[in-house]
Amino acid sequence: MDKHILLRGFDVPDMHKLDIYTQNQGFAGLKKALGMTPDQVIEEVKASGLRGRGGAGFPTGIKWGFIPKAEPLKYVVVNADESETGTFKDRLIMETNPYQLIEGAIIAAYAIGAKKAYIYLRGEFWDVAHFIDDCIEEARKQNLVGDNIQGSGYSCEVYTHLGAGAYICGEETALLNSLEGKLGQPRVRPPFPAQKGGGLYGEPTVVNNVETIANVPWIMANGAAAYKAYGTEQSAGTKLYCVSGHVKKPGVYELPFTATFRELLYDICGGPLDDAHPFKALLPSGGSGPIVPINDTLLDTRMSYEDTAKLGTIIGSASLIVMDDTVNVTWVAAKITKFFKHESCGKCTPCREGTYWLDKVLDRILTGGGKPEDIRLIENVAKNMAGITLCALGEFAANPIIHTIKQFPDDFTEYVSGKKADVSLEHKPVGAKKFAAQEK
Amino acid sequence: MGILNNPKYEERIQWYLNKYPDRRSAVMPLLYIAQEEYGWINDAGLDEVAQICDMDPTQVKSIAGFYTMYSEKPKGKYWLQVCNDLACALRGADEFHHDLLDYLDIEEGGTTADGLFTAEHVMCLAACDKAPMLQCNFHYMENLDMAKIKAFVEEKRAELEHESSK
Repeated sequence: MDKHILLRGFDVPDMHKLDIYTQNQGFAGLKKALGMTPDQVIEEVKASGLRGRGGAGFPTGIKWGFIPKAEPLKYVVVNADESETGTFKDRLIMETNPYQLIEGAIIAAYAIGAKKAYIYLRGEFWDVAHFIDDCIEEARKQNLVGDNIQGSGYSCEVYTHLGAGAYICGEETALLNSLEGKLGQPRVRPPFPAQKGGGLYGEPTVVNNVETIANVPWIMANGAAAYKAYGTEQSAGTKLYCVSGHVKKPGVYELPFTATFRELLYDICGGPLDDAHPFKALLPSGGSGPIVPINDTLLDTRMSYEDTAKLGTIIGSASLIVMDDTVNVTWVAAKITKFFKHESCGKCTPCREGTYWLDKVLDRILTGGGKPEDIRLIENVAKNMAGITLCALGEFAANPIIHTIKQFPDDFTEYVSGKKADVSLEHKPVGAKKFAAQEK
Repeated sequence: MGILNNPKYEERIQWYLNKYPDRRSAVMPLLYIAQEEYGWINDAGLDEVAQICDMDPTQVKSIAGFYTMYSEKPKGKYWLQVCNDLACALRGADEFHHDLLDYLDIEEGGTTADGLFTAEHVMCLAACDKAPMLQCNFHYMENLDMAKIKAFVEEKRAELEHESSK
C-alpha cells in the first residue's frame, strides 16, 4: 500500500510518540467528532461500512446504534485479548500506533455517551499494557484524555486491564466477566452487552476489537466516503493480514480488501518457505476458520468477507496459517484440538467433553491406533458440539475436524488405514531448520 | 511482609482500585502483585487479595486457578513458557520446546536443580511470525534457536555464580 490507515507508523517513523502523531493527523478525528453530535458520529461510522475486525465482521456503526441513549451509565470496552493461533495484528497496532487506539476509543465513547473506556489486553501483553498506560498519561497532559477534552465539555477516562492467560476472555461476555473480577466464562444472552443488564457492570456496553477501533480516527478525519474508496462493496477499507507458517516472509501486512491471496502469499510473503515444497492448505482465519486447499481458485480470490464466503470459508480476523505439502492435516486438526481443549472454559458440556474426546481419538489416530470408523466417530462428536454452546468456542473447536475431513479425506485415510503412524505427536517440519538459518 | 500495608505496593494497589467502580475488578491486577511478592500464588497472598477486594479467599483461588499466568506452585527465577501451537509448530516450535527441556534436563513444567529455570509449553502468545519464541517472566523472546537460548541460560547461570561468590 502507498499509504497505511492502520499502520501509519510504517509511513512515518516514531508514530508512537504523541507529538509525531499529532503532527500527522493525530487527534484530528477526535476534534472533528467533538464538534459533531454523537448521532452524527455514529452515522458517519455506519456510512463508512466499517465492520468488526475481531472475526465476526458485524457492522460497527450499527453496533454502536444499539446502545440505548437514555441510560446514564455506559461503557466502551476494547478487546485486545488477541489469543488465537495465527493472530498477531492488534499487538502491532498498539506498539506502533498506540494513540490511534486511544483516540478511537474516545471517539467510540463519545458516540455512545460513555465516560469510561477499558482496554482489555491479554496478560501476556504485559509490556504493551504498561506502554499504553504511559501513552494515556501523555495524552492526558495534552488534555486529550480526562476532564473536559479540548474544552468540549466532554470527559472520558481510558484504562487498561490485563488478563492473565485465557483464550476464552476474547469472547465478549467472558471478557466482561473477567473485567468484573469474575471467572472468565461466557454469559447467557440475551441480554446482550449493548442492553441494560448485559454489559459491563450491567450497563450497556460496546465491545470492539483493537483493529476496528483503530480505523475510527481515520474515518472521522477523512470521511466515510474516502474510507469506502478502499475495499469492496461489502468489505470497506483495509485489513491487517497476519501471515504465519510456511512462507518466506511471515508478518503483518495492511492491504485493501480487494487484494487477492496470490498477491499476499506470493508477491508480499515471497511464496513457499521451501521452494521444493509447494503450498498445500490454508487456514484463513486462525485455528477456528474452515481450512481450504491452496489452488488457483483460492489464489485468485479477493480476501474480502464476501469473496472468501464463496469458497466456503471466512476471512474473519485474517490470520492466515499457511501449510506446505510436508504437512498432513490430521496433525493440524489434532494440534488445533489441543488448543481448544485447553482453552475450553468448561461451562458447557458439549465443548468441555467434546474437545477432550476429540483430542484423545485424534492422538490415537496419529500414533497408529486408529480405525477407519474413527473418522465417522470424530465427525460425529464434532457435529454434536457445533451450535449448541453458550459461545462460539464449541463451534470453533468443531470446525477444524469437520473441514479438514471434508477437504483432505486422504490425509486421514493414510493414518487409519495403517499406512502412516507417528512415533510422537511432534511435527518436525522440513523447512524449520532452513528457516532458522535464514536472516530474520 | 505481604502486600497489605506494604509501602512498596501501596500506591499501585490504590491506582488499581481507582480504575474500577467495583473493588472486585481489581482482583486480577492484585493477584499479579501477590505473585510478585511471594513468587507464586500462596494462601497468604490469596487471603490478602480477598481482603482488599471484599471477596472470599475461595473465590479468589478460583480466579487464580482459571488463568495460566498465575502460578499455583513455586517456580524458578526464570519462568520460560514456550508457545508450540500450530503456527509456531510449523516453524519448529515443538522441536525447540523439547530440545530446551533436554538441555535444561527437566520434565515439562519442571524446575532446574539450581532453581533458576522452569520451562513448559503454553498456548498461543500472538507472535506467530517470530517463532520459535517464548515468554520469560512475561517478557517476550522471539526468533529463537537453541544457540540463542543456551547463551541466555549460561548468562543467567554465570550471574548466579557471580552473586553467590560475593
